[in-house]
Amino acid sequence: MAYPHSSSLGARLLGVAASLAFALVAGAGAHAADEEDIWPALQKDLFAERSVVEDPSAVVLEAPYRAEDAALVPLTIRIPSTASAKKLFLVIDKNPAPLVADFTFGPAAGAGERVLETRVRVDMYSNIRAIIETGDGRLLMATKFVKAAGGCSAPALKDTDAALAEAGKMQIKHLAATGDGQREGQIKIRHPQYSGLQLNQATGYYIPAKFLRVIDVARDGERVFRMEGGISLSENPNIRFTYAAGGEDMLEVTAEDTDGKIFKGQAGPKGS
Amino acid sequence: MPLRRDLATDRRSLLRTAGAFAALASAFPATARKAMAEAADASSPFVAEIAPGVYTHKGQIAEYAPGNEGDIANAGFIVGRDAVAVVDTGGSMRVGARLRAAIRSVTPLPIRYVINTHMHPDHVFGNAAFEPDQPAFVGHHKLARGLSARAERYIAINKEALGEEAFAGTKIVLPTLAISEATTLDLGGRTIALEPQKTAHTDNDLVIRDVESGTLFLGDLVFAEHCPTLDGSILGWQAVLDHLTQTAAPRAVPGHGPASMAWPDAARPLQHYLKVVTDEIRVLIKDNRTLSDATATVGLSERNAWQLFQEYHARNVSAAFAELEWE
Repeated sequence: MAYPHSSSLGARLLGVAASLAFALVAGAGAHAADEEDIWPALQKDLFAERSVVEDPSAVVLEAPYRAEDAALVPLTIRIPSTASAKKLFLVIDKNPAPLVADFTFGPAAGAGERVLETRVRVDMYSNIRAIIETGDGRLLMATKFVKAAGGCSAPALKDTDAALAEAGKMQIKHLAATGDGQREGQIKIRHPQYSGLQLNQATGYYIPAKFLRVIDVARDGERVFRMEGGISLSENPNIRFTYAAGGEDMLEVTAEDTDGKIFKGQAGPKGS
Repeated sequence: MPLRRDLATDRRSLLRTAGAFAALASAFPATARKAMAEAADASSPFVAEIAPGVYTHKGQIAEYAPGNEGDIANAGFIVGRDAVAVVDTGGSMRVGARLRAAIRSVTPLPIRYVINTHMHPDHVFGNAAFEPDQPAFVGHHKLARGLSARAERYIAINKEALGEEAFAGTKIVLPTLAISEATTLDLGGRTIALEPQKTAHTDNDLVIRDVESGTLFLGDLVFAEHCPTLDGSILGWQAVLDHLTQTAAPRAVPGHGPASMAWPDAARPLQHYLKVVTDEIRVLIKDNRTLSDATATVGLSERNAWQLFQEYHARNVSAAFAELEWE
């Protein structure tokens, strides 16, 4: 009910999410769970019986071993030009909602090295995984262990009033070319990304989850990627990404949150 | 939605249960007696009189650890003709009880106000030691909101860091008097001026001035010795300090560092730190560099200027970067 948008895959994962969140509530469970390898169960929820293979030649994940701020952990994913990728999944095994986001690449993602950088919340020491689905349907993975805790329930908003007042504000930037005919862009969207695990300070009730569920990025009308995401994407979502150079290089972004609010922005190379 | 609500209810009832256990375990008189004995035994007094009727305690420059029992922030009190005002209470019930014992060794006057400079545990977790005095608990009007949102996590983390024994009796006591504009309190012939600040170190910093002696209690708006920690706005913090340092005062009490410092000199190292971090991050953002680049490279020239730099600095950079990239 709280996630009317959920795809069946998302719904299955959110089922996992609820049971994990409950384990966290039980307190001591949080520590006991540290030792368990929950990936086999997660993999089944995400990909059913399909095999997922570690392959550093197909996808590379960069993450800090020890995060400075569990609510703002930077991740960089690199997909070499030799690899084909139609989808990318980001997974944090022990988060209440393990599927951070999935990205579906479009024609404007290009064929050179694809680089994607964003920031996530990490709720407890966990493996983080970047998994690509190749053009011929294989699932290839990179894994990093990250030490961080509390990112999902932490009220990361340091200035609650300012953050709410500016929700929906968007910045789109063109960065430098990265080679291989690829260029780099960045989108920033003001959004509190309420996780549903944060207390409402005034009432003592939990703030209902409210987050960006879709970010769709196009270059000159062709899709770069469509992201479907959840509560593990940090507040004020920030994504740097590569795309194939086009004619105008006009970047268009459409985002939608769980309230159905639509946020749009576009920018040419000379600025928004 | 129903699932979420049940979950929330369960978490809240667990919180309440935990609170009840904490209250049961507090065994206040025993704790207070132990603290009084310790205070009496200590070779150096728990507090120093930094101006007539103004007493402060210097907390250790450290993170929460069983050995320090959460005594890692400065605290103090002001004695008027009729009553006492406490400013911050230390990081655990035990430290609060020790502060209360120190007050009782100075005066039998009633403790009318317990003022918190901001929401952080090392400044508010001793509040419970003063509940028997039935004071007004005083804080910035945003303190209750900020502390409530973090309560569960603050308790879990700090209980783990201190251990059950040193943490015993510690619980959250929220303000009963919320300060949303400049306000004065009366201790009988002695006025305490309170001024809530805009978002700086946190979004609930309160400046407390003893009008008679001119002493400023600045909480964590000023750090000395201890690496600053940013939980608000790096630009807002600099604006508040720019304003506060325009007016001299006979002395100021920082949230961490010496029990009394010259003002505005006390703020200069912190202002320098915040400026270095801001300037270097702005250069990186202009060059389209990343958050990871920033935490690895920014502000390292400040490394030797602060204790606990390794523990707090990179996190400050991370928070400042997330703020400044929206300029």
